[in-house]
Amino acid sequence: MGQQLRGRASLWRRTRDRVLASQLWRSVIRHGYPDENRNRILVIISNIFLHLHPARVKRHGVKLRYTWCMGGLSAFLFFVLTVTGVLLMFYYVPDTRRAYQDMKDLEHAVLFGKLMRNMHRWAAHAMVVTVILHMTRVFLTGSYRPPREFNWVIGVGLLVLTLLLSFTGYLLPWDQLAMWAITVGTNMAEATPFLGAAGPFHELLGITKHNDIRFALLGGTIVDQNALLRFYVLHCIALPLIGAVLMAVHFWRVRKDGGISGPHGKLPKL
Amino acid sequence: MSAENARSRDLVHTWPHLVYRELCALLAASVVLWIVSLLVDAPLEELANATLTPNPAKAPWYFLGLQELLVYFDPWIAGVAIPGLIILGLAAIPYLDPGEDGSRRRFALSVYLGGLALWFVLIFIGTYCRGPNWAWYWPWEDQTVIKPTLPLTRALSPAIGWPAVLIYLGGGLLAPRLIWRDFFARLGIVRYLTVMGLLLLMIAVPLKIALRLAFNVKYVLTTPWFNV
Ligand code: HEM
Repeated sequence: MGQQLRGRASLWRRTRDRVLASQLWRSVIRHGYPDENRNRILVIISNIFLHLHPARVKRHGVKLRYTWCMGGLSAFLFFVLTVTGVLLMFYYVPDTRRAYQDMKDLEHAVLFGKLMRNMHRWAAHAMVVTVILHMTRVFLTGSYRPPREFNWVIGVGLLVLTLLLSFTGYLLPWDQLAMWAITVGTNMAEATPFLGAAGPFHELLGITKHNDIRFALLGGTIVDQNALLRFYVLHCIALPLIGAVLMAVHFWRVRKDGGISGPHGKLPKL
Repeated sequence: MSAENARSRDLVHTWPHLVYRELCALLAASVVLWIVSLLVDAPLEELANATLTPNPAKAPWYFLGLQELLVYFDPWIAGVAIPGLIILGLAAIPYLDPGEDGSRRRFALSVYLGGLALWFVLIFIGTYCRGPNWAWYWPWEDQTVIKPTLPLTRALSPAIGWPAVLIYLGGGLLAPRLIWRDFFARLGIVRYLTVMGLLLLMIAVPLKIALRLAFNVKYVLTTPWFNV
C-alpha cells in the first residue's frame, strides 16, 4: 500500500518535472516548482502580478488578524466590478429612451444578464463596506503614522472615489429609484456656498440655476439625458481610470513605506 | 519605527504563505458574492418619471446619514460643509496624531469610533426609521398611514444663540487646555487648535440634533446671510 502511494507520488513528480522542464513551459515560466527557497523567491519576483508583493513579508503581516484582508478584498471587488461592468456595457446604452429597457433585457433576455447585474450591484455595495472596514483597520493599528501619512491621504481619496463610483452608477438603470436618489443627491450640490444657486453667498459670483455646480453635474437643471450621459461617462471611464491610478500609487507606496506596518509593541485594547 | 525595524526581521516567504491566504480570501469572497447574487435580485423599480416624486425619495444608503442631517441642518451644512469637513478631517488624521500607544491612544480611538458610530446610526435612522414626508416611522409601522407634518420649529433669539455658541467654542477650546495640560503639551498649539476645532464641530452635530428633538430649535444662530 505504502509502496503504491510512493510510486504514485513519484509518478506525479516525474511528470511535473518533465512539464516544468519542457521548452514550452520554460518559455513562459523560467523557474522550477516553488517548493524550495530559491524558486519561492523567483516565483514572486519574475511575475508582474505577484511582484506587487516583496519576495518575503513580515510574519505578522500575513495574518488575517492584522490586515483583516480588507485592502486586498477592496482591490478584488474593484476587479470584479470592472469585469462585470464591461460585460454590462455590451448591453447598456445611456439613452433615456432605452436605458430602462436595456435593464429589463439584461434581467430577462440576456444569458446570465441578471447574474452579471446582481454581482455588479452587490459587489459595489460590498466595496463601500470593505473600504470603510479597511480604513478602520488601518486606524486601529495606527498604520497611518510616519512614514505612511501620505498613503492614508491617498486612501481617503480612494474612499471618496469609491463613493462617487457607487453614486454615479446608481443613476444608470433609469428607474424611479435611480432618478430620485440622484435628484436628492445633486440637490445638495445646489446648496454649496458660493457655487450653488441655493447656497449662501451665491450672488457674489453671479451664480444662478443655469451656471452653478449642480448644472455642471447634470448638464442641465433637471436629471435628464445630459445627466445620464455625464454620469455614464464618469462611471465607466473617468472615475475607474482615476481609481486605477490612485490604487497603483497606493500599492506602490505600501511597498516603498517599508511594507505592511508593524509589528507593534502594543496594539490598541478595545 | 526603530522597534518596528528591529522586529521586522521576522520574515516568511510570500509564496506560499501570503499568496495562498490571498487565494483563499478571493475564493471565499467570490463564492459569497456569487451566492448572494443568485439569491437576491438588484432592485429595479418603474421607469424613471420626472412628474411622479416618490415619498420619501431616498439617497443611496451610504449617503442617507447626510440626508438624515437635512432634518437638523440647512442643506449647505448637511450636504456640503459636513461631508467636506469629514473628508478633510480624515485626511488630516496622520498629521494630528501625536503618535502614542496604549492608554494614551484612548482619546484618538474614541473620537474615530464615536464618529464612525454616529455615521452609521444616522444611516440606520435614514434607512429604517424614515417614511413619507421624512416623518419618523418605526420599522414595523405601516407607512401608508400618513403622519402629520413636523411641528413648527423656532430659532433661538440672538441674545441666547451667540453667547451659547461663543461659550461652547471658547469653553471647548480652553477647558481641555487648562484641565489636561499634558494633552496640550503633547500636541502643541497648532495641532491642539485643529484637533479641538474639528472635535467641537463633530460634537456640535449630535448636540444640535438633541436641541432640535428636545426643544424644537431650528437655528442656533441667525445672520442676514445664513442660519446655523
Ligand atoms: C479602493 C480602496 C482601497 C484599496 C483597494 C486599498 C488597498 C490596500 C491594500 C491592498 C493594502 C495592503 C494592506 C492591507 O490589505 O491592509 C493597503 C494598505 C494601506 N491602506 Fe489602503 N486601500 C484602499 C483604501 C484606503 C483607505 C480609505 C485608507 C485610509 C483612509 C487607506 C489607507 C491605507 C494605509 C495607510 C495602508 C498601509 C497600511 C499598513 O502598512 O499597515 N486605504 N491598502
